[in-house]
Amino acid sequence: MTATPLLSVRDAERDYPHSGEPVHAVRGVSLEIARGEYIAIVGPSGCGKSTLLNLLGAIDRPTSGTVTIAGTAVSGLPDREATRFRLENIGFVFQRFYLLPVLTARENVELPMAEAKIAAAERRSRALELLGYVGLAEREDHRPSELSGGEQQRVAIARALANRPAVLLADEPTGELDARTGADVIALFDRLNRDGMTIVVVTHDEKLAGAARRVVHMLDGRVVRDEPLLRRA
Amino acid sequence: MRLHLAALSLKRHASRTLLAMLGVAVSAAMLLDMVMLATGMRESFASLLSSNGFTIRVSPRGTLPFDSEATIGQADAAALAMRAVPGVTDVAPVLGTTIHVLGRPEPVTAFALGIDPAVQGDYQLLEGRDPTAADAVVASDALLRAAAARIGDTLDIAVGFDPQLRTYSGRRRLVVSGRARFTYLSADDRAAALSLGTVQAMGGGDRADRVSLFMVRTAPNVDPELARAAIERAVPRVTALSTAGAIAEAEKRLSYFRQLAFILGAVSLVVGFLLVTTIVTVSVNERIGEIAIMRAIGVSRAHVVQQIVIEGIALSLAGAAAGLVLGVFTAHYLNSILRGFPGLPDAIDFFLLQPPSALRALGLLVASGIAAGIYPSWRAASLPISTTLREEAVG
Repeated sequence: MTATPLLSVRDAERDYPHSGEPVHAVRGVSLEIARGEYIAIVGPSGCGKSTLLNLLGAIDRPTSGTVTIAGTAVSGLPDREATRFRLENIGFVFQRFYLLPVLTARENVELPMAEAKIAAAERRSRALELLGYVGLAEREDHRPSELSGGEQQRVAIARALANRPAVLLADEPTGELDARTGADVIALFDRLNRDGMTIVVVTHDEKLAGAARRVVHMLDGRVVRDEPLLRRA
Repeated sequence: MRLHLAALSLKRHASRTLLAMLGVAVSAAMLLDMVMLATGMRESFASLLSSNGFTIRVSPRGTLPFDSEATIGQADAAALAMRAVPGVTDVAPVLGTTIHVLGRPEPVTAFALGIDPAVQGDYQLLEGRDPTAADAVVASDALLRAAAARIGDTLDIAVGFDPQLRTYSGRRRLVVSGRARFTYLSADDRAAALSLGTVQAMGGGDRADRVSLFMVRTAPNVDPELARAAIERAVPRVTALSTAGAIAEAEKRLSYFRQLAFILGAVSLVVGFLLVTTIVTVSVNERIGEIAIMRAIGVSRAHVVQQIVIEGIALSLAGAAAGLVLGVFTAHYLNSILRGFPGLPDAIDFFLLQPPSALRALGLLVASGIAAGIYPSWRAASLPISTTLREEAVG
């Protein structure tokens, strides 16, 4: 790494209390991710990869250690500032899509922009642009219940991109999709990365992990291997 | 966006929202009715006392008007002394008695007032003439019906009856000169008004120069309380009661209504609060995952709370609006039942809609709706995002 990393984790630990005993979900992880990277974090269930992703996304705080994103030490931010930071800098994609069921696809994409106080006309235009990017322009007025799983996940990706985040974090984004729609999402991530987006995915999906440029292996809360993959041209 | 989202969230479970709104409406209607009951009798009593411009009632010392059979002796001298009090403009003597209209298949008993037609405030003439002549009488419709009489008829009227000898005393033949509505009596009461001199004469020595009470008017720029005190000083054998004092006395006697209304109103408010709290809590618990995801993508805790509080406000507002209609309708219905109670003046209302009081009560209900939304939404918005999402994913 020659340039300043976009994301930096130093000696991060995350313990959860469980029946009076601490569970060590993340143990002394250090990691640096440069702008434009496409990283997959893999490992068996319970190895701490989702916890690490939550630390990277500032929706959780390390018990000790630091997490820095774009020069901001997010691990020390109070709730209000951490929320604002997530709104402006981080895009989240979840396994279960988590679209608001009462909103249409376009309104779901507009939600983070509304929170960022972007004018209605601009929100609408940007939402349509993003839905077009993920191939769902014609589905803007459909509610999540009227969309397939793959379509819902693409709307969730469009929502994650709404405020032009510095990094896209995805937790098992293909976990609830069949092979074909999962491939669509993998292709979309690949295109996003080629367009310059920094992406970190947590996955069990070998195809998704195989599409990344770097794979971080975790076991028992620790990074046990960090390897770049050979990339196709 | 928050308004839109709140509206959609309420619409999402339309039947539940409608039922909750109806529940709040019932609670609001009951609250409103209790507020109307708490103030209705007092206000309509005050309005009744003030309607004819008399500001002071003077009765025998230690009594309230028509509270007993006691009378004020040397009435002419008392009236003169009161007229001399600065600020007093009119003094209207009233002598109450029971009369018996004879010569019918059955004698008809009625309540009669001896008055001075020039200054009286006890009835409004509907037809005919005041009883200015010594042999004239005006009667309520109920009495005319019972005696099968009309204006111009002559009635055989007595003021005394000895049940042992079954004889009548103080008999006079009086001509019905008019038909009247009596201010302080109900439409069903059989009532008559005669000149004070006639009633006193019919009563014989017991009633000579005596009255049951005086009603006193004061000049607009005079404090009735000062005039009242001056009257009691000028005529020590009387008790003078200003309209404000009479209302205060009525308040004491109506304290049951106020306490009942306060307790039931408070219960209605608590029920409304609990209803909105329950609905909002259920709704929030169903959306814990959604709330966590909103927090994860950067929606602030305050905005999450605002959105859910808006839902609580919308429920409360819609319920309050429906409750206003329901409350006015039920109050009207209950009022019509209670006004049928025997002996109540027509002008008395049990339920009186006073917009400021009603708005305050409904505002309190809406405020409780706001409070109802704050706790569950704040709790949900404060849950750890990562843990909540993990649990939702497992669930």
